[in-house]
Amino acid sequence: MSADPKTVISAAKASPAGADYFAFFGLPLKLNLDIALLEREFYKLSRKLHPDLYARAGKQEQDWSMEQTSLLNDAYRTLKDPIRRTEYLLHLGGVELEEQSKTATEEARASGAIKKQVVPPELLEEVFELNMQLEELRMNKKMGEDDPALVKELESQRVSLENKHEALLDELKTYWTDWDKLVDGGSEEDRGRVRDQMVGLLNRRNYIRNLVRDVNEVLGD
Amino acid sequence: MSSDRIIGIDLGTTNSLVAFMQGESPVVIPGEDGLNLVPSVVALDEKGRILVGNAAHRCLVQTPERAVYSIKRLMGRGMEDVQQELQLFPFRLAEDLEAGEVIRIQLGDKTFTPPEISAFILRQLKRNAERFFNGPATKAVITVPAYFNDAQRQATKDAGRIAGLEVLRLVNEPTAASLAYGLDRKQNGIVAVYDLGGGTFDVSILKLHDGIFEVIATNGDTHLGGDDIDNLLIAIAIDDIRGDMKLEVSSHGEMVAAIRKAVIEAKIALSSQSAAKLEVELPDGRHYLREITQEQFNQLIQPIIDRTVGPCKQALKDAGLKPDQIDEVVLVGGSTRIPKVRALVEELFQRRPHADVNPDEVVALGAAVQANILSGGSEATENMLLLDVTPLSLGIEVAGGVTDKIILRNSTIPASATEHYTTQVDGQTNVAIHVLQGERELAKDCRSLARFDLKGIPPMTAGMPRIEVKFLIDANGILHVSAREQRSGKESEIEVQPSYGLTDEQVEGMILESFDNAEEDFRQRQIIEARTEAETIVAALEKGRQSPAWGVLTSDEKRQIAQLEDELKATVEGDGYDAIRKAIDALNRGTMRLAELMMDTAVNTALKGKTMDQADTGDGPTAPHPMAKAEFE
Repeated sequence: MSADPKTVISAAKASPAGADYFAFFGLPLKLNLDIALLEREFYKLSRKLHPDLYARAGKQEQDWSMEQTSLLNDAYRTLKDPIRRTEYLLHLGGVELEEQSKTATEEARASGAIKKQVVPPELLEEVFELNMQLEELRMNKKMGEDDPALVKELESQRVSLENKHEALLDELKTYWTDWDKLVDGGSEEDRGRVRDQMVGLLNRRNYIRNLVRDVNEVLGD
Repeated sequence: MSSDRIIGIDLGTTNSLVAFMQGESPVVIPGEDGLNLVPSVVALDEKGRILVGNAAHRCLVQTPERAVYSIKRLMGRGMEDVQQELQLFPFRLAEDLEAGEVIRIQLGDKTFTPPEISAFILRQLKRNAERFFNGPATKAVITVPAYFNDAQRQATKDAGRIAGLEVLRLVNEPTAASLAYGLDRKQNGIVAVYDLGGGTFDVSILKLHDGIFEVIATNGDTHLGGDDIDNLLIAIAIDDIRGDMKLEVSSHGEMVAAIRKAVIEAKIALSSQSAAKLEVELPDGRHYLREITQEQFNQLIQPIIDRTVGPCKQALKDAGLKPDQIDEVVLVGGSTRIPKVRALVEELFQRRPHADVNPDEVVALGAAVQANILSGGSEATENMLLLDVTPLSLGIEVAGGVTDKIILRNSTIPASATEHYTTQVDGQTNVAIHVLQGERELAKDCRSLARFDLKGIPPMTAGMPRIEVKFLIDANGILHVSAREQRSGKESEIEVQPSYGLTDEQVEGMILESFDNAEEDFRQRQIIEARTEAETIVAALEKGRQSPAWGVLTSDEKRQIAQLEDELKATVEGDGYDAIRKAIDALNRGTMRLAELMMDTAVNTALKGKTMDQADTGDGPTAPHPMAKAEFE
């Protein structure tokens, strides 16, 4: 029997957009966070909302539990990680990081091209140099030539980039403190300034992460 | 409340079990034969009846073309994957399989899909539970490897449905094991579960905290297990026989099955002995004999067990932990009995692994604990809650054949992601989405999950519609998709084409078929019982002939009894239950006088001081008829 493999599933209503993860946990829109407290809240809310506790309940309750728990899990996952937390807060403020810009993503998808990223100005020279070296090593590999000196150079560049990547996280945390001070009392202008600093930092950090990825690819790790 | 009974099932590659929580702790429910493990083997006997477990196990060697083992390896898989398996396993594909069809395998002259085969095993377990409860068992928690993808999970759920079970939850095997282990320990800490079974490998890292079992990371290989070790040894034996004994046995089903049996025995022996013998009788009467030392065995299996190292390291990395931050390592699965495996685990995690739990039963016991939690919990489980994760990233194929990951691996489930789509062309009313699972960049390197066709989009200018699509991975690790066009507020109809699975319709069809089979199975059981009864009566009649009472009968009576006995023996060969029943009743009536005489003798003997047992007439004076329904040894 060859049954028609297509099955029709009717869609459920999509959940309301813009659920605020901070509010879900009863937290203010501040970037410094007591992780231990967050975890305790997460466990407490899980014990109230999880689908396992509604296994014998009616369909409506089960659907509600599923919605709420997936929201809880998404919120916890986002707030637990320092970078995601920052990105989320910026997103709530209507700011999008360069890499995540939907418009740019859609344009790239439509044209089939890879999204272009803006090079952070202070890295211009370094990036130029690095890309030259990567291209050279790529060519060597194609020719089947070995260049241990170049490989070593690139490996040390990678370490330097990874250290920069780490250091940026520490820098970000100083902006957090600035931001948190301004949440309760501060001008929109001041907040805008700190926001821009964080956006710039994250863009730089992402760019460096992508560079490291490129180096890894060429070094064949 | 009998209607609330939820059983826990471990549907394993090699063995399956069913368990239930009784009071403080879970217990495994044994089969009719008193054994806890039901081999995951299904066979079709000469009469076309389905055999499961130990009864089917014998068929593996005797009639291998009518038996199948390790069906779990084919669950949720497609034709291309099967080609790989076929090189290592004697799966026979149905001859009339068409491209794009769900695979079916051949058992004798019938064909079945993998979920149907698994359903036979599940039904056996269901029956065992019902016998245990003396009541119905219709709800279950079934375990799956943590690394099972969406299609493999869906196939397992389908198997449950076909077997007449409502599957309330699929639980990941390492997580289930940790539940059974944690129920016992009641300690907080970080636990790593290393689960090496017959066909799959999982490693999970969990945080246990005041009854919460939170999975932090999981990894594995759904193509790695004890079967691979067996296949290696089988290949060596076949090579030896080809080389030394100039005999090609690779396509000789019964020989390969016999070799497999010998290999498994040797493998098990080598867990405690320094050497074991592989011995197989060849068709021409010669014997293949080879000794394997533990050292040789260890060398042979090293590349296979080394494949577990990568997933373990990745799991640790994803969890952001170093081995010394792990408090306990728990071993699960029969293959962890191998000393070399234990040594590898000890080296990887830098501590001696915990081997107190029964590696064969712990997963089923954990499933029973989860079943208990779902039923509302009891005193023992009142603070327990499982927070599991999805093992594979979920992605959408975008322009350029690239995967855009929308839910990352190791995300706690239920988990969701919302994406927005629009149209490229004026008046476009459909949008197609291809969903994948996996970690690779390119769609072609990931596992295709399904194609979703969003329909009924109100026709607008290109780029105007704003379709919000919600992807939700539920607590079973299975994906659900819903969509809505936001400008019109209209819900979109979604047509799903699963890449490797049965449609709801097909599963429905199989449930009905299996009900027909249940009817058929019931009849078969009736016939088997009638035959057993016939055997009992014939045996009792033999005893009757030895007793002094026999001499009292007239030669006419003796002749008549002999005739009825012959008739009964004749009906037993056939398949008509009614005929057997009639013949049994006739013989009973025909031997009534003999029975009475034997009774008198028995009573007389009893009065002389002998017990009924010594007088050898079956059950005591309470049995009304010594030749009916006595326990046949």
